[in-house]
Amino acid sequence: MAEAIKTQVLVVGGGPGGYVTAIRAGQLGLEVTLVEADRVGGTCLIRGCIPSKALIHAANTFEGAQQSTAARLGIQTQGEPTLDLGQTVRWKDGIVDRLNQGVSGLLRKAKVRVVQGWATFSDAKTCVVTGAQGDVTIQAEHVVLANGSEPVELPHLPFGGAVISSTEALSLPKLPQRLAVVGAGYIGLELGSAFRKLGVDVTVVEAQDRILPLYDKALVRPVAQWLERAGVKLHLSAKAQAYGNGALKVEAVDGTVFEVPADYVLVTVGRRPRTQGWGLEQMGVNMDGRFVRVDDQCRTSMSNVWAIGDLVGEPMLEHKATAQGEMVAELIAGHRRRFDPVAIPAVCFTEPEIVSVGLGPDEAQAQGEEVVTFNFPFAANGRALSMNAGELGGFVRVLARKADHRLLGVQAVGAHVSELSGEFALALEMGATLEDVAGVIHAHPTLSEAFFEASLGGLGRAIHI
Amino acid sequence: MGQYSFKLPDVGEGTAEAEVAEWRVQVGDRVEEDQPLVDVLTDKATVELTSPVAGVVKSVSAKAGEMAAVGSVLVVIETEGEGGGNAEPKAEAPAKAEAPAKAAAPVPAPKAVAPSLTPSAQPAPVAASAAAPVINTRPPERVGRVAASPAVRRRAEELGVKLQFVHGSGPGGRVSHDDLDAYLAGESSAVVEQPRASGYARRTGHEDVQVIGLRRQIAERMQAAKRHIPHFSYVEEVDLTELEELRAHLNATKRDDQPKLTLLPFLIRALVRVLPEYPQINATYDDEAGVVRRHNAVHMGMATQTPRGLLVAVVRHAEALDVWECANEIRRLAAAARDGKATRDELSGSTLTVTSLGTLGGVVTTPVINRPEVAIIGPNKIIKRAVVRDDQIVIRKMMNLSSSFDHRIVDGADAAEFIQKVRALLERPATLFIP
Repeated sequence: MAEAIKTQVLVVGGGPGGYVTAIRAGQLGLEVTLVEADRVGGTCLIRGCIPSKALIHAANTFEGAQQSTAARLGIQTQGEPTLDLGQTVRWKDGIVDRLNQGVSGLLRKAKVRVVQGWATFSDAKTCVVTGAQGDVTIQAEHVVLANGSEPVELPHLPFGGAVISSTEALSLPKLPQRLAVVGAGYIGLELGSAFRKLGVDVTVVEAQDRILPLYDKALVRPVAQWLERAGVKLHLSAKAQAYGNGALKVEAVDGTVFEVPADYVLVTVGRRPRTQGWGLEQMGVNMDGRFVRVDDQCRTSMSNVWAIGDLVGEPMLEHKATAQGEMVAELIAGHRRRFDPVAIPAVCFTEPEIVSVGLGPDEAQAQGEEVVTFNFPFAANGRALSMNAGELGGFVRVLARKADHRLLGVQAVGAHVSELSGEFALALEMGATLEDVAGVIHAHPTLSEAFFEASLGGLGRAIHI
Repeated sequence: MGQYSFKLPDVGEGTAEAEVAEWRVQVGDRVEEDQPLVDVLTDKATVELTSPVAGVVKSVSAKAGEMAAVGSVLVVIETEGEGGGNAEPKAEAPAKAEAPAKAAAPVPAPKAVAPSLTPSAQPAPVAASAAAPVINTRPPERVGRVAASPAVRRRAEELGVKLQFVHGSGPGGRVSHDDLDAYLAGESSAVVEQPRASGYARRTGHEDVQVIGLRRQIAERMQAAKRHIPHFSYVEEVDLTELEELRAHLNATKRDDQPKLTLLPFLIRALVRVLPEYPQINATYDDEAGVVRRHNAVHMGMATQTPRGLLVAVVRHAEALDVWECANEIRRLAAAARDGKATRDELSGSTLTVTSLGTLGGVVTTPVINRPEVAIIGPNKIIKRAVVRDDQIVIRKMMNLSSSFDHRIVDGADAAEFIQKVRALLERPATLFIP
């Protein structure tokens, strides 16, 4: 046994939930130790949100440079552009490296001790970290579990070889000719669409009868239209069976089995909390299904053991984990806090993008809310048209309680709408009414005017429609 | 031979740790199944933990006075016979503990039982949501929440103010910082505006008392009771002259081994006689499930003042006790509650509660219902008063009987009838004992 550390706060996992907890706890003067087996940054920075957005950006740029697209804007190109995927991946890795170093620097500044290795708990407050420099035993007064999640594997399509998860899809050595995507959730469609833009022949296989089942049909329609126009083949209510001889066997809804030729099969059928292989069962914490059970302060059933992020439930989103991590650090420092957001925005970087904050129409109905809704189309927004983004039927939709016009939900689908999510969430968190949004001067020409106009529309007085 | 690791079971209340109060065994002792191992102290009660297995104590972990975490190994017992139950002691231990924690009703309740507790105390984990993960873009309880900006919500949390009690002046009742300021000023104005008598020294400064432990639970449950239950109160005066004569006689002639009788056993006797006609009153209301459970047994809660705050001790099957047994049980429970020795069973499961302040009983009280019960009875002080009988002014021993009912479940007329029948029994004490 080489070394033993006693610390006030032990954070397990260096993803966004863990490193934010550690930084905030450090800022508050607590003695913090963070354990991470990989580089700090977690799924989000290293193999999730950020690298996938980099790939999507590269794909958009590539698509925009193609003759057919460019010519519409009056741009003449000499021949079709070509892609060096190796360079694209190096560029993406450069971004990841910068962020990773940035996080390391922030942790240093917050005086967080980072221990590299794999933590295995023997009881709730003690773990052994196995790393390159030998074993380190860490004992902590407070333990924050931020172990995150991992891609779900299909039993008949185990990862390995040509069957890949999103992680491998972001670092392919060269562009495949044909890609089969199993699962039409947001991860599968984001990556599938990007590869399609890069010229790959993409086929999506989904077991349910619709794509993006987390969003309502109106929001998904523009995405479905783009997929069709872009030539992405879609098999709904179809079960991916097995991969072999360069083809994925798929069982259609009528029971017939057909083959989808594919160089790679990208399996994106969800993520599951990482609860195995690090001694969680030794810690005596209660579970909630497959997640660790926590209360609204992220306390587990064991005193001074906290859990945050993907480990504790849906939605498995970076911004939920960081919000919980910041709160837990402050709770440990003795502040009074509670995890009490009005809404956790969800964003989908498909073509076009989707944002949903708060209640959708179906949820509002299920809760018995009497609501007014209004869709304002981007086709009537000057900025959208000027970006060549008015065509796919995108819109901003507001949903407010009929009695007092309080906003209950805002959704949007359209180019670049992910950047509107902040204003939507702000409006909901501030308890804004339709009148509040309608009373704010929105800069022209911007996409945000569509939110303003939708609110006016909800009040029965939209101008530009 | 095998080894059994006895882990500290979840003793309820969402507590994640408990203090080891007293060891009943030492290393090397032989223990039988169900023999007490250790007393642990939560912020509520002392809980006696018994051994689920027979064997020899190999080791104990915490010393008396130390805190032990729920799930941590307290005792290792070397068992005899086939193998050791070492595999899943967690699942087994709580079931064998004297106070069954996980499965049973949440917590012994002071005054009002809050059915929803912290996660650890809730029974079964929700079925795995593995099939279809749902991106829930809002937290639960979205509907009906108070509108306020995140900064206002956070400040309220830090101040310990529940926003639903703050008047919101914004559109649709949105609470602003100013509203919160006004609320806080309103709370403290009573202190500020105390009259100053000249010639007396001013008192300055203040003491901040953390609302923790039992006090916090009392606060939360009282608030939950008042928030959820539309109370109505009913007060009737009762002529106790005859009952007091009987009681004085019984106390004067009682055997030495019999307890001194207070009014309470007689009141309880009257209640258990009348309750079968009013099953909606001897009931508990699960307002989330929308179910009223009408109880055949009368488990009479006795609100008991202890040094740490209010507890409700429960006289089980009060309908089956005569006044002497009842008096004995009340005395025993009150002592146990005051000494922090009452077990979970003795502090939970009441179906109706009596709250009596004895000689401090006052003229009228408006008692708060011990949720999820639907009624509470509060006798006031007994006093000689001039009353009119047969057109003559006579002196009688009178007592007001205050009561509160959950108006969602109990109608006013039924409550009135119920109290009138109790009064009729109390005023003619012989009828208390005629089947």
